[in-house]
Amino acid sequence: MTVLLAILCIILLTVIVVQIGRVTELAAKIRGEEEIQEGANRRHGALSLLFMIVFLLGTIISAGYYKNSMLWYGPNHAASAHGGSLDYMFNVTLFFTGIVFVITHILLFYFAWKYRGEKGRKANFMPHDNRLEVVWTAIPAVVMTFLVVGGLDAWNEVMADVSPDEETLEVEATGFQFAWALRYPGEDGLLGTKNYQLINAINPLGQDWTDKKNLDDFQPSELVLPVNKQVRVRITARDVLHNFYLPHFRVKMDAVPGLPTYFVFTPTTTTEEYRKQLGALKADGTPKYPEWHELTDPNDPESPKRYENFNFELACAELCGSGHYAMRRIVRIVPQAEYDAWVGQQQSYYMSSIRNGEEDPWKDILFDSEIKERAAEFNDRVSKALSSGNAADKVLTLDHVSYEPGSAELTPLSRYQLDNLVSVMNNYPNMVVELSGHTDNTGDPESNMELSKQRAGKVSEYLASKGVAANRMSVVGYGQTRPIESNDTPEGQEKNRRTELRIITQ
Amino acid sequence: MANTAIKPVVTEEELLIEEYGYDDHFHEHHHGDKYQSNFITTYIFSQDHKIIAKQFLITGMFWAIIGALMSLVFRLQLGFPEENMAWLRPVLGKWITINDAGMGSLAPEFYYALVTMHGTILVFFVLTAGLSGTFSNLLIPLQIGARDMASPFLNMLSYWFFFLAGMIMFFSLFLSTGPFAGGWTAYPPLSALPQASSGSGAGMTLWILSLVFFVVSVLLGGINYITTVLNLRTKGMTMWRLPLTIWAFFVTAILGLLSFPVLVSGFLLLMFDRSMGTSFYLSEIFTGGQALDNVGGSPILYQHLFWFLGHPEVYIIILPAMGLVSEVLSVHSRKPIFGYKAMVYSILAIGFLSFIVWAHHMFMSGVNPFISNFFVIFTLIIAVPSAVKVFNWIATVYGGNIRFTAASLFAIGFVSMFISGGLTGIFLGNSAIDIQLHDTYFVVAHFHIVMGVAAFFGMFAGIYNWFPKMFGRFMNETLGKLHFWGTMIGAYAVFWPMHYLGMAGVPRRYYRFDSFEAFGQFSAMNQFITIAAIITFAFQVIFVVNFFYSIWKGKKMTTLNPWGATTLEWTTPINPGHGNWPGKIPTVQRWAYDYGKDGKEFISQVKPLEEGESETH
Repeated sequence: MTVLLAILCIILLTVIVVQIGRVTELAAKIRGEEEIQEGANRRHGALSLLFMIVFLLGTIISAGYYKNSMLWYGPNHAASAHGGSLDYMFNVTLFFTGIVFVITHILLFYFAWKYRGEKGRKANFMPHDNRLEVVWTAIPAVVMTFLVVGGLDAWNEVMADVSPDEETLEVEATGFQFAWALRYPGEDGLLGTKNYQLINAINPLGQDWTDKKNLDDFQPSELVLPVNKQVRVRITARDVLHNFYLPHFRVKMDAVPGLPTYFVFTPTTTTEEYRKQLGALKADGTPKYPEWHELTDPNDPESPKRYENFNFELACAELCGSGHYAMRRIVRIVPQAEYDAWVGQQQSYYMSSIRNGEEDPWKDILFDSEIKERAAEFNDRVSKALSSGNAADKVLTLDHVSYEPGSAELTPLSRYQLDNLVSVMNNYPNMVVELSGHTDNTGDPESNMELSKQRAGKVSEYLASKGVAANRMSVVGYGQTRPIESNDTPEGQEKNRRTELRIITQ
Repeated sequence: MANTAIKPVVTEEELLIEEYGYDDHFHEHHHGDKYQSNFITTYIFSQDHKIIAKQFLITGMFWAIIGALMSLVFRLQLGFPEENMAWLRPVLGKWITINDAGMGSLAPEFYYALVTMHGTILVFFVLTAGLSGTFSNLLIPLQIGARDMASPFLNMLSYWFFFLAGMIMFFSLFLSTGPFAGGWTAYPPLSALPQASSGSGAGMTLWILSLVFFVVSVLLGGINYITTVLNLRTKGMTMWRLPLTIWAFFVTAILGLLSFPVLVSGFLLLMFDRSMGTSFYLSEIFTGGQALDNVGGSPILYQHLFWFLGHPEVYIIILPAMGLVSEVLSVHSRKPIFGYKAMVYSILAIGFLSFIVWAHHMFMSGVNPFISNFFVIFTLIIAVPSAVKVFNWIATVYGGNIRFTAASLFAIGFVSMFISGGLTGIFLGNSAIDIQLHDTYFVVAHFHIVMGVAAFFGMFAGIYNWFPKMFGRFMNETLGKLHFWGTMIGAYAVFWPMHYLGMAGVPRRYYRFDSFEAFGQFSAMNQFITIAAIITFAFQVIFVVNFFYSIWKGKKMTTLNPWGATTLEWTTPINPGHGNWPGKIPTVQRWAYDYGKDGKEFISQVKPLEEGESETH
């Protein structure tokens, strides 16, 4: 029905158009072509003039209306150190082109109206004027020179890479269909190497874990940067072209698979400061930018105003497929202290997702940080046990002590916790402990009993070799008789395979 | 035919041709009968340049309508993303997804396919083939005094390769995986990897195939235009007596001949990467869950090859429009074009410079920033010859006795559009400013105004002006003027606001804007643009109706030279047959712009200089 109606409308419209055409032709026949033409000259000359006035006013008024979204004006101030020079060049160009735009339009339409055809008037025969040609070649040439010099000056400064002695925070952004992955260098200040062949579900960037620089790199979900500190973004892509685009910072650079690019910039405005600018009030107390004082949820008068929720954004500016329009990440610019605190909370991707997993090439060593962390944790547990009056609290599982499968040999990494125990024993010279071995319920109970005792004995031997007197330690094997978890699940069984320490005398 | 009954009086020009013309004994050879003997050889596989021009024009119009309708669909998405699009399902089928609540929405893949096809169709099929193909074919032989093109057969092939290219592209619209959707520039790796986008599969294969045939068409046409202009000018038609239209078509053809093959080489390497496992453009890619073997290629290489065509291409589009406008402005102002030689030199300068500015499309693509220095300089130098042209057009209007017709209005509109769009190019060509504006709506506004709308205006000026030469009838003037004002106001209403979007940083090629706070605050403006686009489209319907109605029912031409023009095409019969002039071919005695000289309204190019008269340019 709608289609039918639409077709009818189109047919009707066509008929009307054709009829208008025929009527005007008939009129031309009656009134004579010349007269018709002269009338048309008058009408359309006047229309040209009218158009010129309305158009020029329209451009100027609309520019005023949208001033707040123009570079440099209103709240659209560059939030980076280099952004000002680009905005300046933009406005210098706007100034010159604006003059040319207005003048040429006035001349074009004014002349069209002024010299509309009239019967009896003759056009001037004016084929050329070399002086004029020289003038209007020279003027644009001079203006262009000025713009080129200014533009290139800004360009070369903005695009220069960092020199090796500059203090710079380097972060990495990797575009993929359809999101940005961010990577920070961690404590060492260096980003680890990558190899796209290593990319898989748990290693989204293809980090090479044998490169120790990778181990402390972290991958936050927001781009957080300290204010007034130079940052070099290393920009890479995993699949197709993307473009790292920070509109508020005047930062834009393609991300190219196989060819890392970069952009160096210094954020100068924190998110909080920018919010304040957006929410600023005029002298009379009314908002400077009313659109930013609208509610984020128009239906909820309690909802925050738009400026209060403002965030800088990272977008993609190179067509990369069907999800191109939604590659958003929040960008937060914060004071240095807040940044340091934030970095302190971040966990390295390696530690959270790779450590001791299948891909971890460092399974058989402990890092200094882990040794320290474990020592601290162990000491903490010991001191809790010591201070408790409850007998059950005096038992500690030696959770990092393990054995080669089916044997009583200690694994190489067990010594770290045992060394912790040695120092505890040295710190408390009167302490007497019982070391007990436990197994899960698989296999023969008899041999489990034997194995557990042997394992506890190995621990005792190790401690003795480090100078702990043998009479301060007793050794027991409980086999599978004292499970702490159900043996029905593999996780429970793993918990049950353990070595325990019981403090008998403090 | 009926109109041969009213045989016009023999004109002065015809007598002059009879007296001074050159007899090449053309009609004694009966060429005409040989290959215009039946309907098929006359109207379909025609080798007559005038018929081929009409074929290019009507095919171009078909594609313009398709391309414009596509833009309306994606404008609806951008202006009214929350509206129900289920009503489009009968046309777009599965690309309109219907949710449980019955809401239909445009699939993002297809949105991108529409954007891509809109660009490809408009740039290549409409503004290259439809514009240059139509008017180079129509006007080169007629205005230089030639019987036909140097090779009518290659000329015919040129059209049919274009037709084939169009067929293939049209077919690709109906693929189940969709047409190509990676942007008209087809940057790899997106265009090389079917895993990355469904349109990069069969859709991309057909896209490349179509454009390769298209390039064949352009090359066959171009070599013909160049040869014809260089070799078939009639006696007395020196290069400095050529109308500016011919200069423009000539330089356009040279640009096409030099740059399109580079595009094909770029496509060829892309085809190798797509189907033979080479790595010209591919390196270190992980897609579709696996790491590809390709290493060492560079996607930026493709961009260099593409834009080595891509930039001259925008001049391939705009130069013919400039030529047409120069001619129309001069004829209807009843004044010589101001600064003819300066106009020729600026065409040549623009043509030359267009080859050394391509990387200004790539400031932000990862090329060495140092290289950009050169491209900034050359790019901004182009502003100088462009400015010279604008000033000369304005000076042509100055002091004239302007006849306001649809053609002259569109020519004036062209100058306005070219100024508005050209000036924004000065922002974008300056790499420092381009950092912020690159790939935003500012760019969309810039190129649509300067090479989209402006080129269309040149084309409309040409169509209204030479329609009588093509069909022996006039288009309706009132409708033409209505068409002009609607389009002029509508086009500015569509594209002017986009500057503000771009300044606010809104990126182009976004399916919707509300995923970002910075881009999502312009929904009112986007609605306005969409409505303006629909209205502007409606005005184009008036043009199409006027065009086809006038072919059969328009006011008949009763004089040979209705606009009082000096150029040779108006010395041919109302319906010129094969060979254009029934007897001798004219001999040219003077330049093409003697309007208002010595108190005479105009002096035809076939008229010898009076005693004591000097050729004044």
